[in-house]
Amino acid sequence: MKQEIIIAGFGGQGVLSMGKILAYSGLMEGKEVSWMPSYGPEQRGGTANVTVILSDDRISSPVLNEYDIAIILNQPSMEKFESKVKPGGILIYDGYGIHTPVKRTDIDVYRVDAMDAATEMKNEKAFNMLILGGLLKIVPMVKLENVLLGLKKSLPERHHKLIPMNEAAIKKGMEIIKKV
Amino acid sequence: MAEDIKLMKGNEAIAHAAIRYGVDGYFGYPITPQSEILETLMAEMPWDTTGMVVLQAESEVAAINMVYGGAGTGKKVMTSSSSPGISLKQEGISYIAGAELPCLIVNVMRGGPGLGTIQPSQADYFQTVKGGGHGDYRLITLAPSSVQEMADFVGLGFDLAFKYSNPAIILADGIIGQMMEKVVLPPFHQRRTEEEIMAQCPWAAQGKTAGRKPNVITSLELDPATMEENNLRFQAKYRKIEENEVRYEEFQCEDAEYLLIAFGSSARICQKVVENARAEGIKLGLLRPITLWPFPTKVIARYADKVKGMLSVELNAGQMVEDVRLAVNGKIKVEHFGRLGGIVFTPDEVLNALKELIIR
Repeated sequence: MKQEIIIAGFGGQGVLSMGKILAYSGLMEGKEVSWMPSYGPEQRGGTANVTVILSDDRISSPVLNEYDIAIILNQPSMEKFESKVKPGGILIYDGYGIHTPVKRTDIDVYRVDAMDAATEMKNEKAFNMLILGGLLKIVPMVKLENVLLGLKKSLPERHHKLIPMNEAAIKKGMEIIKKV
Repeated sequence: MAEDIKLMKGNEAIAHAAIRYGVDGYFGYPITPQSEILETLMAEMPWDTTGMVVLQAESEVAAINMVYGGAGTGKKVMTSSSSPGISLKQEGISYIAGAELPCLIVNVMRGGPGLGTIQPSQADYFQTVKGGGHGDYRLITLAPSSVQEMADFVGLGFDLAFKYSNPAIILADGIIGQMMEKVVLPPFHQRRTEEEIMAQCPWAAQGKTAGRKPNVITSLELDPATMEENNLRFQAKYRKIEENEVRYEEFQCEDAEYLLIAFGSSARICQKVVENARAEGIKLGLLRPITLWPFPTKVIARYADKVKGMLSVELNAGQMVEDVRLAVNGKIKVEHFGRLGGIVFTPDEVLNALKELIIR
């Protein structure tokens, strides 16, 4: 099994940390993992993306032409990465940031209204975990218990009290993702 | 899952490996994409545990001269920077090579020339293996292509540096520095005691004791006859290193009709190119030089009798390809493919270049 994933959006949306939690979760399952960020000068508001690979075998290139799964969280990223999903692959997007419908017909497209749900939960920081929940519902590549272990590993101890909130957001994301 | 497998960036792995390897001192100045080395060392506060000194110098020039001073006392000392900062350090590196001192330098390369970009590049190959500073000297050059090798080459770099009394350099780039992968860190080594240092490095300037001659650390020798002798001694040492320390990795080379030659992050991308090419029925292999100096000249020369062509794949305008061509000596076609200034090629671009430039 190998999953090659791109997560792309604005800096500040938690793109890199979502990728990190996914990578840690894979580590907890004994998989090979790689996490390759775009590390430009962009901070909050600029574009940010990260390539995450989870694999049963040794990972060759951390840099890819095309992806099994693209998680698209803003319009510029849709324009950049829609064409780079492998035929038969998966594209997941947040309805709030995307104005144009997905044109590809040879891939499975899903929508998670994570921004709306995060606003409803009065917790904008839950945004990326809502997305992660949606992803794991469609492709259960790691078990929820290992995601929670991954969260524990990647968060500093003073933030461990936030883990139940993150777990709730992941579960909510699993509920609200829908096929387009 | 074994408890000692960690997930971290290449830069962080270097910092942790340095502490665990019993390094005595790190002197550096921040620059993207390698600032996590200094940041991680500061966060770990090894001065409280192993006694390792970590110092943010006022400049790159100061940092390399602190390394020169520390190395002169036989300590395990290191510095790190990225391309523009490494250029600033070249005078100090030449002095350290001239004084025959062991130390470790890390260059996490970014796009140049000048201040350039902060994105990954391999355009400092010439600077590293052909000189950089003045004079006839060589740097033992290790090119990691994984986070694990970032950790491992700290130990290997120091071992080789002390074995030959010569500076060693880890030549990485922004991809290997910034990416996170699994890594098993080396076990903890105690820092050497002063007695152990003097036993290993009898040349070290540690305060003269009664009954021995003073140890003088210098690269200055005004008598040209003696300076030529010094140079001949350096050259004899370099020949020995070329004889004994060549390291490389072969990836699906056995039945290959064509070879990619690539180091560091390019070699990772080229592994994928080999997989994709073989899926199309092209018998492609990858030879990855691990030591860029000494260069695996002999093994590449042997492959020149077996394969039809070689493509040197580098994140630069064609640097290592010159050493590949010297090794091949005109026997087969050798071409270069690269992207410049911080742009990273995709596996598809490399495969297309192979088809166009070599297979056609």
